[in-house]
Formats: sequence, C-alpha cells, structure tokens
Amino acid sequence: MSWTRFAAPQRFYPLAGRAIPWFYGLAVLLTLVGLWIGLFVAPTDHQQGEAYRIIFVHVPAAWMSMIIYLAMAFWAAIGLVFNTRLASMLAVGLAPTGAWMTFLALWTGALWGKPTWGTWWVWDARLTSELILLFLYIGFMSLHAAIDDERRADRAAALLALVGVVNVPIIYFSVKWWNTLHQGASVSLTKAPSMATTMLWGMLIMALAFWMYSIAVALSRTRVIILEREQHTRWARQQLGLA
Amino acid sequence: MNWSSLGEFLDMGGYAVYVWGSFGVCAAVIVIELWSVAQRRRTLRRQPLDDLDERNDMNERPLHEA
Repeated sequence: MSWTRFAAPQRFYPLAGRAIPWFYGLAVLLTLVGLWIGLFVAPTDHQQGEAYRIIFVHVPAAWMSMIIYLAMAFWAAIGLVFNTRLASMLAVGLAPTGAWMTFLALWTGALWGKPTWGTWWVWDARLTSELILLFLYIGFMSLHAAIDDERRADRAAALLALVGVVNVPIIYFSVKWWNTLHQGASVSLTKAPSMATTMLWGMLIMALAFWMYSIAVALSRTRVIILEREQHTRWARQQLGLA
Repeated sequence: MNWSSLGEFLDMGGYAVYVWGSFGVCAAVIVIELWSVAQRRRTLRRQPLDDLDERNDMNERPLHEA
C-alpha cells in the first residue's frame, strides 16, 4: 500500500468525504475568530479610518486567487504528464473556487479603492494582472467545457493553465516592478509586517479560514466531478443511491 | 472594543457601504458556490446516466488488486 492508491477516484471519493466536514468546521471556527478580531479587537486605522477593515476579506481572497491557480496548474500538469485522471479532476474542481476568489479580490479591491484612492478601478499593473487571472480561470473552464472528450479537455485545459502560470509571479511582484497605486506587500518573509499586531493576526486567521473553505468546497466539487465521470460504474451509482 | 453602540458599528465610521459591501458579497459568493455544488450533484441524480460498464467496476475485484 502506498499513497498512490488514493489516485484511484473510487478510493479518493470516501477519503475526501471524511475530510470535508473537518475543513468546513475549521473554516467556520476560524472565520468567527477572524471576524471577531477584525471587527471588534483591531483598532481603527489612523489614516484610513474604518475603511481599512476591508483588508480582512480582500487580502485572503487575493492570496487564495493566486494559490488556487498554482494548485490548479500543478494538478493539471500532473494529469497531463502522468495521465492520472484524478489529478485532472482536482484541477477542474479547483477552477471555479479560484475564479470566485479572484472576483472577490477585484470586488473588495474596488470597494476599498473608492474611499482611499478616489476611484473604483485603475489600469495599473496589480489590478490589470489580477483581472487577467480572472480571464485565465474563465478561459480554463470554458475550454474544458467546450471539448466533449473529457481526457482531451483535461489536456487542452492543462496546457492553458500551465501557460497562464507566468501571470502569478507578475501579480505578486507587480507592486515592486512597476509604479502602481496599489500599496506594497503588507506581509513578507524578509521584513517585519507594516501593520499593527492585532490587524495582522486578524488578517492571517481570515486567510487560514479562506484556505480551509477553499479546500472544503473544491473537494466537494471534485467529488461530484468524480461521480459525473464514473457514472458508468456500479460504485458511483451506489453513491448516488441509484444502484 | 471599538464601538459604543450597534448603530456606530453598522455605520463603520461612514464607510458602511464599502465595508459591508465587501463582507456581504463575500458571504453571498460562499452561499452561491455551496448551492451550485449541491445543485450539480442533484442534477446528476436526476438525469439519465451512461450505460453501466461492468469491466470498469473495481468493486468486482479485491481492493489490493485493483
């Protein structure tokens, strides 16, 4: 027995099913703690007033939009190289969650930009590259949906996902490489965070909550995709209560 | 604690539209996404399925051989 035995969709399905409630549970718990810190404990910002509290959903959504893309491209590549069906299903299961996170990063960013910069949108490097990320997710999902043969769709979409990976470091470093309206990184590995401790904790706990939610919902979707693709098998029909 | 009343909390220092517009849409997206996954599973149960293919059925074999 080895970890590769869980590459079989039939084995992965119940394993994911057992894990999902834990991820949802952690997501709820962390959200409650994070919102408590973010809305009640963290002090008012001396420059932005209460508007800065958008950070507690904006930064987690923006981080997840990039992390999910990397995860999606990773599993798509594994599916492409090793011809493992489950890896491709995971990539397809992650895509809508990544697209939603990207939408939330853009939406909350616009609502933060209006009171602080005086505009909902500017065509600067950070905002434009994040918008391209949304188009990459939509392109991945559309291309996959447009090809009837699932394995061919997996391969074509995987190529698109891999080409698009180049956009992720562009988003991340855009605030360094170009002069942008968007502020620099609030948290980095090389220097002390540029924010109050309680603000930082609230943001990190909310980021962890978004992480747990993303894993839970992407696994739930992947389970449905497994059943869709394995519907010709008896075990999948049993799972659907139809056998 | 930053707030002395519920009204003050809801007002968010005059930024209510921006702050609650952000948190509210996040909550809405989560509800929509969870609903759409559940709906996708319900749709699969209702529609006619592909033909059963016994050859692909790993239940017929012991687990360690599959």
